[in-house]
Amino acid sequence: MNTLPYFVLIPLAGAFLIVFLNVLTKNKVRVISEILANMITLALFIMTIFMFNKSGMYVIGKWVPPLGINLVLDGLSALMMSIVNLIAFTATLFSINYMRRYTANNYYYALFLLMLAGMNGVLLSGDFFNLFVFIEIASIASYALVGFGTEADELEASFKYMVMGGIASTFILLAIALLYSQFGVLNMAYISKAIANSEFNILLRFTLFLFIAAFSVKAAIIPFHAWLPDAHPAAPAPISAMLSGVVIKTLGLYAMIRVMYNIFGFNGGNMLAYMGLISIMVGGLLALGQMDMKRLLAYSSISQIGYIILGIGLGTKLGILAALFHLVNHSVFKSLLFMNSGSVYHRLGTRNLDEMGGLNKVMPITGGTSLIASLSISGMPPFNGFFSKLLIIIACIQSGHPIFAFWAIAGSIFTLAYYMKMQRYAFFGALKESYKSIKESPFFMSVSMIILAILCLVTSFLLIPQLRDAVLTPAVEVILNADTYKALVIK
Amino acid sequence: MTNNKSGLSEIVKSVCCWIEGFIFLFGCYIVLFGHLTPGGGFAGGVIMAASFILIMLSFGKERVDLLFPWTRSTLVESFGALLFIGVAWLGIYYGGGFFANFLHQKFGGTPFTFLSGGTIPISNVAIALKVMAGLFLVFYVLSTHKVILDEDISKTEKDK
Repeated sequence: MNTLPYFVLIPLAGAFLIVFLNVLTKNKVRVISEILANMITLALFIMTIFMFNKSGMYVIGKWVPPLGINLVLDGLSALMMSIVNLIAFTATLFSINYMRRYTANNYYYALFLLMLAGMNGVLLSGDFFNLFVFIEIASIASYALVGFGTEADELEASFKYMVMGGIASTFILLAIALLYSQFGVLNMAYISKAIANSEFNILLRFTLFLFIAAFSVKAAIIPFHAWLPDAHPAAPAPISAMLSGVVIKTLGLYAMIRVMYNIFGFNGGNMLAYMGLISIMVGGLLALGQMDMKRLLAYSSISQIGYIILGIGLGTKLGILAALFHLVNHSVFKSLLFMNSGSVYHRLGTRNLDEMGGLNKVMPITGGTSLIASLSISGMPPFNGFFSKLLIIIACIQSGHPIFAFWAIAGSIFTLAYYMKMQRYAFFGALKESYKSIKESPFFMSVSMIILAILCLVTSFLLIPQLRDAVLTPAVEVILNADTYKALVIK
Repeated sequence: MTNNKSGLSEIVKSVCCWIEGFIFLFGCYIVLFGHLTPGGGFAGGVIMAASFILIMLSFGKERVDLLFPWTRSTLVESFGALLFIGVAWLGIYYGGGFFANFLHQKFGGTPFTFLSGGTIPISNVAIALKVMAGLFLVFYVLSTHKVILDEDISKTEKDK
């Protein structure tokens, strides 16, 4: 467990080191920040692989909880950390070529690593106030990254995101203050123990409501989604990949699951499942009408988050397993799709589907990987999305909700429809005369897209019993059994 | 020094010349005695930044560019952060845990004396550097930079 602080420490130190070195070299050596950021994200990803099947606690500054701060690792945080750091690595790899179009690269990498430090902190924190601080670190870094292009629409999107995110953060802080006023501790495990031993009174209900509302904003669940369709398209492509791939899941879903299931021991009846169904259908319908490629992908994220919420809301073992599996898969293929759109934008300078067409002929890697990702997200075998959606539908029927299963299938048909539309407009059809001289995207961008495309196939193997028991089952057990989390901290 | 035309009136400049050093010194005091009296790195850093902001308000941007140019403030800011992380990191190797107070473990110290805090005064200094440079940079950027959007340009042209 001695490696736990390094997950926060390394990216945090890296962020400031990049700025420091760049000022020393007068911003002339771009390569420093690129190499440093890629080394850090790769190292973190390799470290997370060894975290599976481990659990434990790290005490900071030798101050034992509930007085001091602690970091907690269990199955759920290990799963989330591996996917966060994997996507972060592919995004930094993609950034090498993509971010050449922007100035001030060093600040980009510094903010990126700061966001990564915040997310790793959220996943490891065993203390409510630190959870809030890390959420803020990741959020504020992402506000800045969304507005990184400093054009009018990017600044507007960033401002909108900041206002909505600020309200959500205030809710979280208020909820933490209410919990502290009631129990006098901030340690999550101790609060969980105290809640289990006390009456579920009106104040606690209000606190839980504040938490759910705030994390729903961060996870962009309908009706709290208004910031997402602006913010995700406005960001540079690797940041969109991070935002849609992992940020909304870490700051929104992970935190919501942790607070609801592990701290409050509340599974919400079918409330989450209904929220999920609304997100699936409304997100899907809105995505159908989009002609902006990244906006279509952003609405699709809302719809796919709905599937995850639906699976978790069922509350059965299979439902949660399927939801976590879909969470992993969605991170992979949605990041890949945003990178595809970035690759197209890099060469064509447009995100409008009307202006594209026949790009498969000139950009075979981008076209091929985006076809794989589209088929995965639409739930076509043998790609990963098929298995996770199938499991969610089976879980719906098994828990006695065939209506949920019907709507999930309907949502899946919508998904197929808008991805076929995207493929048809962008990559198939006739190539325009003016685009005939276009080249395939640069080397590092292609490499990171190929890695993710391979992962679209490889993650299907997570369902093999041995792998499943090592990766997914520990996370499911953490969610289903609140006592395992408490037992890690309170000895 | 007080001859240039930018900034506020001669009276303000003279008063500022008298008090700017004292404000900075007071900030240093708050930082160094942070482990004994109310205050600490953040509060002291804000006071130290205030002294630079005062110079900028009364003398204008040019003088502050000489005293504390933004490249130097960026350097100081990231150095402060790195120093803070470094002290925490050293705790892993010498104190047995992240953020462990290894200096206090080794040397101890009488409570309420200046050298009793172990690594806390070092962390306070690091935070102060970070906050001082960071807050000053926020003020500097907000007062000197302006984003002019294309729509605003066309609007002003139309108004003309």
